[in-house]
Amino acid sequence: MRLLTHNMLACNIKGVTNGYPLRLEAEKWVEKEVDFNADFLRGVFPKIDWPALVGAARALGFHDLLPVDAPDPSVLASDDELLRRFHRALLQLHVEEGGLVCPETSRRFPINKGIPNMLLHEDEV
Amino acid sequence: MQPRFCMEVGCGSGYVITSLATMLRHESSAVQYFATDINPHAVETTSATLEAHGLQAEIICTDIASGIGKRLSGMMDVIVVNPPYVPTPEEEVGYKGITSSWAGGENGRKVIDRILPAVHELLSEKGWFYIVTLTANNPSQICLVMREMGYASRIVVQRSTEEESLHVIKFWRENTANVKDDKSLGSWISQIPLLSFWRSSRFSS
Ligand SMILES: C[S@@+](CC[C@H](N)C(=O)[O-])C[C@H]1O[C@@H](n2cnc3c(N)ncnc32)[C@H](O)[C@@H]1O
Repeated sequence: MRLLTHNMLACNIKGVTNGYPLRLEAEKWVEKEVDFNADFLRGVFPKIDWPALVGAARALGFHDLLPVDAPDPSVLASDDELLRRFHRALLQLHVEEGGLVCPETSRRFPINKGIPNMLLHEDEV
Repeated sequence: MQPRFCMEVGCGSGYVITSLATMLRHESSAVQYFATDINPHAVETTSATLEAHGLQAEIICTDIASGIGKRLSGMMDVIVVNPPYVPTPEEEVGYKGITSSWAGGENGRKVIDRILPAVHELLSEKGWFYIVTLTANNPSQICLVMREMGYASRIVVQRSTEEESLHVIKFWRENTANVKDDKSLGSWISQIPLLSFWRSSRFSS
């Protein structure tokens, strides 16, 4: 699971209203090289919840990879260094083992072999 | 169309998403793939299949797009679904085990009918949605349901065996006149041995 996916996942338990972002627990993670594509990154940037991405990177131990405040899109257009950091956080870091914890209910969704399991128990749907 | 995000719902063996990614690999390196399945064994198989081909997709074990649909809404340029479509007793539809790979309930529509609104939420303005159906699923009625949500449709593959007839239907938003350049995807989808696949998965475990 990449941080891109963490950025898109929310708690799906019925009735939960503050289920985003899920708190990331990373027991094991790996980095895999991905082709850098500036157009893709600029296109996807508006869809990304920046604080959630910063929090997820921190959960992996990257405290200074990204600026705390979301950059202005115009900065992203000119700042190649920042774009590369964004690329690394969003697409290159993979959580292999760990969990995702709902901020409202503390329900933990496990991540095994890189795959988050969002299946609900019968009393949660 | 230059797809940016593609998704498969019910990825099972991983064969479909793997061949989609293989085909699009030559067009662009910047496509992100998402694949979901309700079966925990299926998602691991998908992962292994992708890896064996040197490909990457974000795999999530979930019911259709539960937990991911809202934030991804309107982002998917291509969605492919080879759903559990075999008419079965209703109680076979559900969560656990290999039965969920084919059990479709009455008319085989139980899961399909929940997938359609999810696709409507996920699909981008110019997005394309491909779904495999059997005649028993009443494909023309599926087209009607989609039409009410604003989609045009076309049968892109039709195949028959003695027992059943299978269609792949393509849907796109009616207001987007972008059907003409779908040669590559259309021919890709027809190469997939969809029917043979679910048969082998049905009987192999
Ligand atoms: C006919 S199989 C197709 C599998 C895969 N596309 C392939 O060709 O190998 C249907 C798949 O849908 C999955 N499925 C069934 N119900 C589902 C649901 N509610 N949400 C997600 N996947 C589901 C099954 O586990 C199964 O893997």
